[in-house]
Amino acid sequence: MNKQLTTQYMTINMGPQHPSTHGVIRFIVETDGEIIHKCTPDVGYLHRSIEKIAEGVTWQGFVPYTDRVDYLCAMNANWAYSTAVEKLIGAEVPRRAEVLRVLSAELNRISSHLVAIGTCAMDIGAFTPFIQLLAEREYINDLLEMLSGARLTYNYICIGGVMHDAPPGWIDKCEEFVDHFDLAMEQMNRLVTYNRIFINRMANLAVIPAEMAIDYNLVGPNLRASGVKSDVRKDEPYSIYPELDFEIPIGKGVEGEVGDSYDRFFLRCEEIRESIKIIRQGLKLLAGTDGPIKGKVKNNIKPPVGHIYVRHETPRGDTGYFIQSNGTTSPNRLKIRSGSFTAMSIIEAVAPGTYIADLVAIIGSLDVVAPELDR
Amino acid sequence: MESLFISLGLSEDLAIFITAIIVGTILIHFLAIFAGFMTWIERRLAARFQFRCGPNRVGPQGLLQWLADAVKLIIKEEIIPQGADQTMFRLAPFMTVVGVFATFVVLPWGPNWIPADLDVGLLYLISITALVVIGILMAGWASNSKWALLGGMRAAAQIVSYEIPVAMGLLPAILIAGSLSMGGLMRAQGWLPWDWIAFQNPFSMLAFLIFFVGSIAESNRVPFDLPEAESELVAGFFTEYTGFRFAAFGLAEFGNCWVVGATATAVFLGGGNLPGFLGENALISLLVFSAKTLFMIFVLVWLRWTLPRFRIDQLMEFSWKYLLPMSFVAFFGQAVFMLISWDSPMIQQVVSHAMFLGFLGLLFKFSTRVVANYKEHATPVNSRATDYVAPPVTEVEAEAAVAE
Repeated sequence: MNKQLTTQYMTINMGPQHPSTHGVIRFIVETDGEIIHKCTPDVGYLHRSIEKIAEGVTWQGFVPYTDRVDYLCAMNANWAYSTAVEKLIGAEVPRRAEVLRVLSAELNRISSHLVAIGTCAMDIGAFTPFIQLLAEREYINDLLEMLSGARLTYNYICIGGVMHDAPPGWIDKCEEFVDHFDLAMEQMNRLVTYNRIFINRMANLAVIPAEMAIDYNLVGPNLRASGVKSDVRKDEPYSIYPELDFEIPIGKGVEGEVGDSYDRFFLRCEEIRESIKIIRQGLKLLAGTDGPIKGKVKNNIKPPVGHIYVRHETPRGDTGYFIQSNGTTSPNRLKIRSGSFTAMSIIEAVAPGTYIADLVAIIGSLDVVAPELDR
Repeated sequence: MESLFISLGLSEDLAIFITAIIVGTILIHFLAIFAGFMTWIERRLAARFQFRCGPNRVGPQGLLQWLADAVKLIIKEEIIPQGADQTMFRLAPFMTVVGVFATFVVLPWGPNWIPADLDVGLLYLISITALVVIGILMAGWASNSKWALLGGMRAAAQIVSYEIPVAMGLLPAILIAGSLSMGGLMRAQGWLPWDWIAFQNPFSMLAFLIFFVGSIAESNRVPFDLPEAESELVAGFFTEYTGFRFAAFGLAEFGNCWVVGATATAVFLGGGNLPGFLGENALISLLVFSAKTLFMIFVLVWLRWTLPRFRIDQLMEFSWKYLLPMSFVAFFGQAVFMLISWDSPMIQQVVSHAMFLGFLGLLFKFSTRVVANYKEHATPVNSRATDYVAPPVTEVEAEAAVAE
């Protein structure tokens, strides 16, 4: 009787088509029953070679493509790219345009965070908060539609300013929404954020200490949840952010250790509140600012030879646009640095030892968005 | 009904046989139709919780939606995955359906309306529902899919663990009624709410809660829907099922809702009794019983669309570390309480009245809270851009265009 019962790990393919991976992400998971032994992310299923496309289109013509880089925060991507080109050509942006940019970007940040926390709750099994948050997002989509005419890919912020001025009554509708939204968030918090089952699922899960977060180059809310106060809006202020009064929330370990999944979730809720603060101030500024909404920029841009790297704070964190120009009508090389990619890479390090059910919670809490990941 | 057939000149055995067939047919059809109707209830209520409309096109208020769905599912192609264990794969859904349908033998409709008032009614109910887990495990194993396998394993672990607290939770009720038969249990409860077993004393209330929570877990509903967790396991044990066999799983799951509600009503909530009415009149008691059962089903749906889902280790912990010890406390406490109040019914009266008052207080607190929440409920803003006109081209833009 020297036969031994041997066991082996079970390899499961999670994705590319899996209900919890929000888009085409794939994990090759080796499990010991329900416990994950090894988890290898496999990226590239949504690669559309956007960076290569940039080399074939005009400078303005690339703005709609930036919408598609991360469709949950198209405004922020528009803005980051436009700022990069403006710095290359040395264009001035009128003040009213800057205010509108801040407003639209912060509205978009809220809508992106709403999707992030909504899908995170949905992965935990709470379906209702997701639907309710999407209903809130519809109001933001309405507001952005009034500005730009589109509900998802806006193509609103262009090189030199913004495409359209705020239509009459927009400020009132925005204020109405902001007042309504405070209550809606409170309702959402009652439903899911302070729910004991939800807290037990998220607290102390996939703890990312500050050093590890920095080592893996996490950015944005994921990095701040680990207790690192880093936000491009404060570190390298751009646009009118220095004039605005807002705070950078960091992870405090509300229910568990600093940097756990619940911190990342909670931090996004807090960031939404800060964005609301910014919008309230921005609306006052907008009412008191007049003037053009677009600087003088020629349609046929030919920036001087050179390169530039611009960082912007998008909902997914520090997004960088590197552009190299060789003086022609289209970029010579364009590189986008996205927060989802690094967030994806850290999953391999934090997933082992957790349960399969935790993996979807980790993906949800890190807010990995497939199109931004692969570009 | 037997007497009717006997008076027609049939022998007694034949009369019982024919009656059994008629009653069985009615019950199976009731369950099948109710399971369909239950999907409508679930979807409409879920839609209300989520500011949506839900299915409202087929028939009045979308009432016939489930018929359309059923027809669609039946005419769909049956796909059996390659490498699946054909026999087990085909058989599995019907095992679960049988497990649920067989409970209807003892499920009451009123004190005197029970298909078969077995002396061991509750015991039969607990044991026959264990068939469900065999079907689920078979489905998970035979599908030749890892997600289905994980779902099946989860289901087996979960249902087996939660059966113990459920059975333990029923014990205090059996102590009070002194009977295992459904009819005996229902007759042991009076028409006043404090005569119902759930409100008799704190221990029976605890037993009721344990039973209800455990039953939710046994019927695989949120927050215990791990075997079919759609965001983790795609669809769990029925991932690979299509067509009618998929519908059979749905039938079992939604039919189980009725079983849970009806058992809770019969054992703990006074059965067909209503204040001012003791379930003697069969028709009224049927209505009252159904109404109470539907309320319990509403609670099931309510919980499902409110709560997130447990993790498998938390689920096990909850069953073995909390529910099971608590059910022992309930059982032991009930026994001690009965010993104390055996000779002095006054104690029993006072405690049950206090329990009911406490319950009313909780209900009041709950409703005031709901009203308060509703008042500060965020009213939807109307920001629809219907009156939106495209902004005129600004001077700068016009200049730029001219400059080109």
